[in-house]
Amino acid sequence: MIKRALYSGLAMLGMASTAALAADSPASLMTRYAQEAGVPVSALSAPRGAALYRTEHAGRNGQTVSCAGCHTASPTQPGQTRVGKRIEPLAPAANPQRFTDAAKVEKWFRRNCQDVLQRECSAQEKGDFIAWLSQVK
Amino acid sequence: MNYLMRGIGVLATVGVVGLLAFSLPSGTAHGDGGGGNVLPRSLNKNWQQECASCHIAYAPAFLPKASWRRVMGGLDQHFGENASLDPATQADILRYLEANAADAGTSPTGRRVMQRMAANDAPLRITETRWFVRKHDEVPRATWSRKSVGAAANCAACHGQAAQGVFDEDTVRIPK
Repeated sequence: MIKRALYSGLAMLGMASTAALAADSPASLMTRYAQEAGVPVSALSAPRGAALYRTEHAGRNGQTVSCAGCHTASPTQPGQTRVGKRIEPLAPAANPQRFTDAAKVEKWFRRNCQDVLQRECSAQEKGDFIAWLSQVK
Repeated sequence: MNYLMRGIGVLATVGVVGLLAFSLPSGTAHGDGGGGNVLPRSLNKNWQQECASCHIAYAPAFLPKASWRRVMGGLDQHFGENASLDPATQADILRYLEANAADAGTSPTGRRVMQRMAANDAPLRITETRWFVRKHDEVPRATWSRKSVGAAANCAACHGQAAQGVFDEDTVRIPK
């Protein structure tokens, strides 16, 4: 009995610490990227974020690439990777897990900006992107 | 008497083996060779999470160590996509892949992959191994390019339980 209480206590502590690690939110990430870019949060632009999402860029072997290419025209819809695996929706309105883990967000910006833009994204671009996605209904 | 004892011994052995087989939880049963599962007995968390972001986490036994070193050494250009990882995660996954690779000697599937592998061969793609090609030689070329399949990398298009490590022929359903 005591043992069980101890174990469940430990399990709850474990969950609490995991939650503490992933305590980021779209708002906190926007603050962070605005700071990095040296601008106020109010200077982040949802329309610029939407344009970043939709703009087609020249990719390899003559094809064009864009965020929307895999994530679909609507970020509330699931997308598909090149080998056919489902991508959960990007917009927090459809998928509350999005933008709650800064390390994960950074990993995917690093990878996907390279793939789509052939370069890293700036802090301003990342902030714009989240500003747009977090207001998509 | 002697025969009776032996008989009891055999029956007991069969019983124990049978019980063991049935006591494995079917949903999480791993172990290469046991029930046709190609995944290692223990699963690595990073391997599962990271490799399965874009495709299923391919079984380590599908390629030799040298292949996995090439794959994990070139993640920034991973079949045309940037799949780069932080160095610690990358090293952890490579260790797991090497420990369970086709030539690690831990897997019946791996042994079959190696039987058909030329010495010093280190293909980057599972679909390039002679083992894979032979296993799929009855699948017409047109089937691979169906929209419902997408790419040969999409094991789960036909092997519905691929992510769980099950590739048995009776689980195959080729989509229209």
